[in-house]
Amino acid sequence: MLGSGIIKGLLETARNFFGSFRQPERLVTIEYPEQQRTVPENNRSFPFLVFDRNDPVKGLRCVSCKICEKECPPQCIYIETEKDSRGKPIKHPKVFDIDISVCMSCQICVEVCPFDSIKMDQTYELSQFSRYDALILHKIDLAKSNEYYHQIKPTEAGLVDEQLAAEREAQIAKAKAAAAIKVAPATASPTPKPPSPAPPAKTEVPA
Amino acid sequence: MSAVFIFLAGLLLASSLAAVMFRRLVYTALSLAVAFASLAALYLHLGAEFAGFAQVMVYVGAVAILIVFALLLTRNAGSDPEHPGHGGSWITGAAIAVLVFGCLAFNIVTSSACARPMPNPPSITTRQIGESLMTRYVLPLEVLGLLLTAAALGAATLALEDKRKS
Amino acid sequence: MILLYSSPEALLIQLKSWTVSLAPAAWQPVLSSAISALVILLLFAGIFALTTLVERKGLGRIQNRPGPNRVGPCGLFQPIADGVKSLIKEDIVPAAADRAVHFLAPLVVLAPAALALALIPLGPGLAAVDMDAGLLCFFAVGTASELGAFMAGWASHNKYTILGAMRAIAQMISFELPLVLSTLTVVMLSGTLSLSSIAQQQGSYWFGLPAWNVFTPWGLAGFIIFLIAATAESNRSPFDLPEGESELIGGFMTEYSGFKYAVFFMGEYFGMFAISGLTITLFLGGWNAPFSFLVWIPSFIWFLIKLGLMLAWFIWVRGTLPRVRVDQLMNFCWKMLLPLSLLNILAAIFWHFTASWQFPGAWGLRWAIGFGMIALPFIGISQSGARQKKWGPRIYRYAD
Repeated sequence: MLGSGIIKGLLETARNFFGSFRQPERLVTIEYPEQQRTVPENNRSFPFLVFDRNDPVKGLRCVSCKICEKECPPQCIYIETEKDSRGKPIKHPKVFDIDISVCMSCQICVEVCPFDSIKMDQTYELSQFSRYDALILHKIDLAKSNEYYHQIKPTEAGLVDEQLAAEREAQIAKAKAAAAIKVAPATASPTPKPPSPAPPAKTEVPA
Repeated sequence: MSAVFIFLAGLLLASSLAAVMFRRLVYTALSLAVAFASLAALYLHLGAEFAGFAQVMVYVGAVAILIVFALLLTRNAGSDPEHPGHGGSWITGAAIAVLVFGCLAFNIVTSSACARPMPNPPSITTRQIGESLMTRYVLPLEVLGLLLTAAALGAATLALEDKRKS
Repeated sequence: MILLYSSPEALLIQLKSWTVSLAPAAWQPVLSSAISALVILLLFAGIFALTTLVERKGLGRIQNRPGPNRVGPCGLFQPIADGVKSLIKEDIVPAAADRAVHFLAPLVVLAPAALALALIPLGPGLAAVDMDAGLLCFFAVGTASELGAFMAGWASHNKYTILGAMRAIAQMISFELPLVLSTLTVVMLSGTLSLSSIAQQQGSYWFGLPAWNVFTPWGLAGFIIFLIAATAESNRSPFDLPEGESELIGGFMTEYSGFKYAVFFMGEYFGMFAISGLTITLFLGGWNAPFSFLVWIPSFIWFLIKLGLMLAWFIWVRGTLPRVRVDQLMNFCWKMLLPLSLLNILAAIFWHFTASWQFPGAWGLRWAIGFGMIALPFIGISQSGARQKKWGPRIYRYAD
């Protein structure tokens, strides 16, 4: 009969009305400033710089190689290399600025960085009162600890740490090997014309 | 003549004149509505509640709205008319209006009804109006109802024919 | 002057006459009217503020949202924030608009609605204007809001506003017929057009149960028809075609902003309050208590409770029903409501002339016959409407 559908609809909305008071899980709204949605791990906003050893100045992984600055499509990265007292560049950035009003969150800087020092952040509450200076992040704003990186992206940070550890070990091994090669000629040199200097080096390389 | 009467009469005159003089159709329609409303207010001022509200309902609520609705359906109702001015015809019109007004006013002033002292106006309630409409004047009422029914049926027939054609 | 306490209503009336008596004699009638107007406006402006909040919260709950809850505790100050916002917003008048008519339109909508509110009796003797032809006056002032819709639509010089105005006028004129015809039954059986005497007549009790008009067959049918027509008349959902956001932006209010828009909004809500008050007065016993043991609660409290329930009903319907189409609206009015309201008059006549039946069970028989006189045609019309409905490709006559 005409009108029964209206009554059915009215009952349904009444159920919603009273149900929303009795079952809070019905309310789908996240009341934003108080409640925040947990962002997925792969979410990314803008880049940040990773530092180790609880030292945001000295511990930066960045060596100011400027690859990211060159690769950045919108050119929002600006780097100046630190120089020592004699004016010789050292592997540390003096200035590292990212203009997040220009940055397009493409993650290319992260892809090209050979030292795993620049990573994508997840912060999104970035509103400022000024359009210009406030939106340029400096080195001190960008530096975030490796623990923070583990906190926001556990899987990716774990992989990066493993890789870095492997690289470091390989480097140590290489250094040892190089030292061994250096040491071997040194020990062999007193004896003129050694019959075979290579075998001892060969045996050390696998170690 | 009280101040209220003078005000209402002035409003009625002004809005009636505006209804004739305005070029834009919408303004004339709106001033016509104001004229109807001020006439109703005059009735109310005289203590004729039923007549006053019936005037508002029928003239403002139906006649003015009908005119306005017709204006909405016609094109260019808002723009100024292409042929400005009424030519010489307004002189003739004004002359006829003055003549008719003069005749009526003369007859009213010289009639014997005006010479008699004004009796106290009877206080007529809505109930009395209803009762006399339903008893003494029931035949005119029914005839009017028949006329309106015929008009409604005619409108329905016209609308139906339009539908059949399309 | 000594205040003699006999009833809360009498106390209010005495308070007012005492205040008026302080003024010089020449100013007393003016002061009396001004006080009544002030009370009406303040009371209903307060209800308006509350209703906007309750409506938004209620609609939110219906849609499983919490609703506004940021301004003040539980969002209580939201209406104040809305008011301030609409006051400080820029008032934009389109360049092509007719400035005078554009300015007058919101006032022409608001003023009649406020006038109609003055006619509603909140309690015995508590009507700002208690006149002999009160019901007639209510409908007479109601017609002015149609003119306001036209003025707004035409003066904005915008095709959407003109379409909205046309829809508003067509809808209001059409639904005025069932609206007036369904009140006619009440007028016929109570023999008066005065709203306070209509409410007075429903004040008797029958074994502690109320003798409201809605508990008679013609009253029930008239109440339902009146409620539907009132929803359409106050442009409320599901009959809010004149606004029709999805197709007409904002209908005849499209070109209004800031406080003018707020005045339109207020006019619409005042119209809703007025028509709710009329529904209560005509069918729901006016200010009378629903049971005889509850008469100790003051009459105006009862009226306000009933008004709140009516507003809750309007909000509930708005949260439930989708907007109808224009042709559905007109068909429903002319083919369903109008014949039923005419038949309802017949049912009322039947009820009136069988009032002398005295045999046992007479009341039940009268009720059954009277109800059948409306219910059977209703079922017939709805069945025939369902049978005639043929679904097929729509033919557009003008769009090609």
